[in-house]
Amino acid sequence: MRTYTGALTLLLGLAVQPAFADELFDSGKLLATGGVSQVEGAGGGGLANWALITGYGTRDGIGANVHYTAVPLPDYTLQTTGVAVGLFDRLELSYAWQAFDTQDVGAALGLGRGFTFHQNIFGAKLKLIGDAVYDQDSWLPQIAVGLQHKENDRAAVIAAVGGKNSVGTDFYLTATKLFLAESLLVDVTLRETKANQFGILGFGGDKHNEYSTQFEGSGAYLFSRRFALGAELRTKPSNLGIVHEGAAWDLFAAYFFSKNLSITAAYADLGNIAIENDQHGAYLSLQAGL
Amino acid sequence: MKALAATFFLLALATPLWAQDALFDDMGGQPGINKLVDASVDNYLADPRIKDVFSESNIDRIRAELKDQFCAVAGGPCRYTGHSMEATHKGLHLTNANFNALVEDLQTAMDSCNIPFATQNRFLARLAPMQHQVVTR
Repeated sequence: MRTYTGALTLLLGLAVQPAFADELFDSGKLLATGGVSQVEGAGGGGLANWALITGYGTRDGIGANVHYTAVPLPDYTLQTTGVAVGLFDRLELSYAWQAFDTQDVGAALGLGRGFTFHQNIFGAKLKLIGDAVYDQDSWLPQIAVGLQHKENDRAAVIAAVGGKNSVGTDFYLTATKLFLAESLLVDVTLRETKANQFGILGFGGDKHNEYSTQFEGSGAYLFSRRFALGAELRTKPSNLGIVHEGAAWDLFAAYFFSKNLSITAAYADLGNIAIENDQHGAYLSLQAGL
Repeated sequence: MKALAATFFLLALATPLWAQDALFDDMGGQPGINKLVDASVDNYLADPRIKDVFSESNIDRIRAELKDQFCAVAGGPCRYTGHSMEATHKGLHLTNANFNALVEDLQTAMDSCNIPFATQNRFLARLAPMQHQVVTR
């Protein structure tokens, strides 16, 4: 009801009262409580989705942000650019564009040097119950469900490596809790997915072509209102016969200059990708918004 | 011997009933809390987002009641005898953004009182659930 009223007021308000925009984009959440932008564009950590709704809009407002993430690995480079909105601290909608540059590996595979996979990722997340920040008198975490629909532009190559589809949809259930007295944030997420390397190598494979349940999680310790250090783990299915796909993990530091700008730097290990082992290196992400 | 052990056991169980909470001491006891409340209220009154909430209020009384309440919340030897959170905030129509503005002003005040961040969070964790009573809009 609140949401309907808010949307209606938005339409009427924008027409008659320009100042209302300030109230709607209220930037009313506490610093860092919208999280940062995870690698597929949702509000979260780096690898993991969180139950927090992105941006700084409260239940009476709207938050929005853009982000850019670069993961320069030894043999590849992954880049993500995205935009996301959080509506009334209830619904999150996101779009991200991923580019995965195969550099010299592309030449070795006969695809051409710098052959690049692209993915469009459309995300939606709905907060169901709980509040990660306020419910400090209860063990109940904030719980949300969501999906990420991914469209890869390299169907022919995906088929050649044994992938079954260039389009796929992940579904997830996520629980996030701030243990404020301990200055600790914990997230646990279950994802139903067929994605090979996040979808970069398509969905399903010659070895396994069903959805499987995968785990992703984050733990972060808050050193100040602006600064957090944490670790993440994300398991992935191993659907392709050409290579065993393992779990990814990272160690990250996030710094919030303000509600308008944050930076996340990490050491990320994505394991084996196609013919190259030990793909680990820096992860850098910038988010700007309100 | 058995009786002695039992007595110690009972004492250990009963101790929390009168022992002061470590948080109260970590916040500097009553002098620390008094200083914190004064700094917080100064911040509230200077904050354009929420200062109007206090325009009809008796500020001296708010300071006195908050000193009692913060002491009690921190586990100090006080009893908060003021009105309930529901009653004091009912007519104010505070939004979630207003509540968070109060939190930010309190955090700034705790910084200025040199209360360590981890201690701040232990205190805020006890105040956070009040959001449910304070935010009515």
